[in-house]
Amino acid sequence: MLQAITFIALVVGGTALISWPAGRYMAWAMDPGTSGRGNANAFTNLFQSIGGSITRASQDWKQYMISLLAFNVVMFVLCFAILALQQYLPLNPDGKEALEGSLIFNTTASFTTNTNLQHYSGEVSLSYLSQLAALMWLQFVSAATGIAALAALARGLAGRASGNFFVDVQRASFLVLLPIALIVASLLVIGGLPMTFNGAAVATTLEGVQQTIARGPVAAFVAIKQLGTNGGGFFGPNSTHPLENTGFWTNALEMFAIIIIPMACVWMFGRIVGRIRHATVVFGVMLALLLVKITGAGYFETAPTEAFAGLPIEQNVGNLEGKEMRFGATGGPLWSVLTTSTSNGSVGAMHDSLNPLTGLMPMIGMWLNATFGGVGVGMINMFLYMIVGVFIACMMIGRTPEYLGWRVEAREVKFAMLALLAHGFFILVGTAVFAATPWGQNTLNNIGPHGFSEMLYEFTSASANNGSGFEGLGDDTTPWNIATGLVMLLGRFIPIILPLAIVGSLSAKRRSAESSGTLSVEDGTFAGMLIATILVVGALTFFPAATLGPIAEHFIYMNG
Amino acid sequence: MEALLASIRITVATMAICVAGYATAVWAVGQAITPETAEGSLITAPDGTVVGSRQIAQAFTQPKYFWPRPSAVDYDAAGAGGSNKSPTSPDLTARAQEIIARYGATAENPLPPELATASGAGLDPHISEHAALYQTPRVAEARGLSQVQVETLIRDHAFASGGFLATSRMVNVLELNLALDRQGS
Repeated sequence: MLQAITFIALVVGGTALISWPAGRYMAWAMDPGTSGRGNANAFTNLFQSIGGSITRASQDWKQYMISLLAFNVVMFVLCFAILALQQYLPLNPDGKEALEGSLIFNTTASFTTNTNLQHYSGEVSLSYLSQLAALMWLQFVSAATGIAALAALARGLAGRASGNFFVDVQRASFLVLLPIALIVASLLVIGGLPMTFNGAAVATTLEGVQQTIARGPVAAFVAIKQLGTNGGGFFGPNSTHPLENTGFWTNALEMFAIIIIPMACVWMFGRIVGRIRHATVVFGVMLALLLVKITGAGYFETAPTEAFAGLPIEQNVGNLEGKEMRFGATGGPLWSVLTTSTSNGSVGAMHDSLNPLTGLMPMIGMWLNATFGGVGVGMINMFLYMIVGVFIACMMIGRTPEYLGWRVEAREVKFAMLALLAHGFFILVGTAVFAATPWGQNTLNNIGPHGFSEMLYEFTSASANNGSGFEGLGDDTTPWNIATGLVMLLGRFIPIILPLAIVGSLSAKRRSAESSGTLSVEDGTFAGMLIATILVVGALTFFPAATLGPIAEHFIYMNG
Repeated sequence: MEALLASIRITVATMAICVAGYATAVWAVGQAITPETAEGSLITAPDGTVVGSRQIAQAFTQPKYFWPRPSAVDYDAAGAGGSNKSPTSPDLTARAQEIIARYGATAENPLPPELATASGAGLDPHISEHAALYQTPRVAEARGLSQVQVETLIRDHAFASGGFLATSRMVNVLELNLALDRQGS
């Protein structure tokens, strides 16, 4: 118990502390104009010469958006091409063969949208070139897309032009993600992760059996997978694989890497907007909700494996199915919350085998999708909740709704609600359709409410751009590949386009000076209101579905 | 059109730096500092054959060896995975009953839980020191060693994963079995 609390405090608290200087650095890297520290002009000039003439112009939000989409189209096409042609391309020492069409579509959509839902198993299906040049490349640039979008949003709220997407995406790739990934990857390779271009090793075991041991350029892949809230593992079982996560301390480092940039994004937002106190309140709200989920997961996972009740098996440690010994008792549940709160989606324990109510915590994380959330986009989701929250609160107390001095009116609230409700729509309608048809029913690995949870989790993960799964689900089928592929694309670009449109609409108005009559966004009242908005809009939407899945399973099967 | 052109130019730059440059740099760090683990922590027998990876569990079924945790993929290190069964699943009960029979566990001598649960990747190379000690009578008998000899070997190989944050000590099954073989009989 004491060790568990110390470990959680070390991982979450330690990362929160480091996120402060990291956020300061990110504000400098992404928005050199405001911070006044150092001089990033040399970099800006370099990035402009890489990108060409279009990168020298200042863009309004529509031009910024078109540039973002154009770049994402190129990302999609190139990844699709590499995956489709992998059998003809180099860096394929184990002779991986052609992939099926709908799987290529799903995987490409998955990595373009920063989701990293994996309907394939890396060591089984992909060449090293596919892993590195298609997937790892997208792990950099899709994460950079999110960070760029947040920078543009923050500039708009500060009353400035959006900036230039092509410069921003390079700043995020080269100045933010690359240096941190180099440090983390170096530590991981020193911590024992493989980093080799040699093909699989073949061993003869002590009992004389042949064992083929897949390996590859793992360390580099894992570092950016964690840092960019990507989450797609080099190996099928992700960071539960001993070669993807070799020990207790690599596990701690990988968890740090999950949350550092999402946390730092809040501070970056605060600095670009020029409202650090406001960012502190937002950070506190996110941290509070995160800690509630961690406590829940940690607590529920101490119940022993229910299937062993009455058998001669020791029941004094929690549920170990799907977990690794080397991470200790807390590693699995803590990771499951961090990875789903941040839209990362890597796993350090098999979520399908978590106790029913423990498995609910990751789902809540993805339903809210803003308790730090994905790099850049998590803070953007929180912005949507704030617009709605400010609007409701001001209506209740009879003031003009304003956020940071910008008047929030019907148009902005409609956009915000549309983006928030689209999330619920994709998850609930998708789950309903698949639960009612053989598309879903024939792919389950568990019976009863847990089977329903598998489908609910899959659509939740796709819409939240998370990428984790209740992996027992037989999801490499054409209906799953197409449906989740489309949901990932919509779930990615709607919550980027609409917030930028809101800021475009807000900043076309005259900004009013904040007075004593303005609703403060820097105090405990605002924090409480924000939490209430998140819970009402985010959680209540999904409560009926949760009762059919994990909650039903708990009350039917768990005796303790 | 200009936007597409800029996208392509940035694609080339990020491919060169964030993929080729980055992967090469990390590879170089591995080869320079930890070449052995960077290649997959392979263990080689004196005659040069690879007997396994220190990080990867392999199947052990003979009584003279310590047995690792069960694997949902039969220790397939080229296609890893977990059972993905709910902890309430009757399939887990059935699997546990087979394992209990194999170990001969009884209510007085209950099985350590990790020996009845499959890990996430099915390749967990470790069991707790407690679960190794649990297997001592069988291993000692099969090898004609005294229980004390085997227990000493276990304690020599046990380590605390996570240092001061560890709640229990554990052993690497493959390394322990290699040590047994070196000891003879």
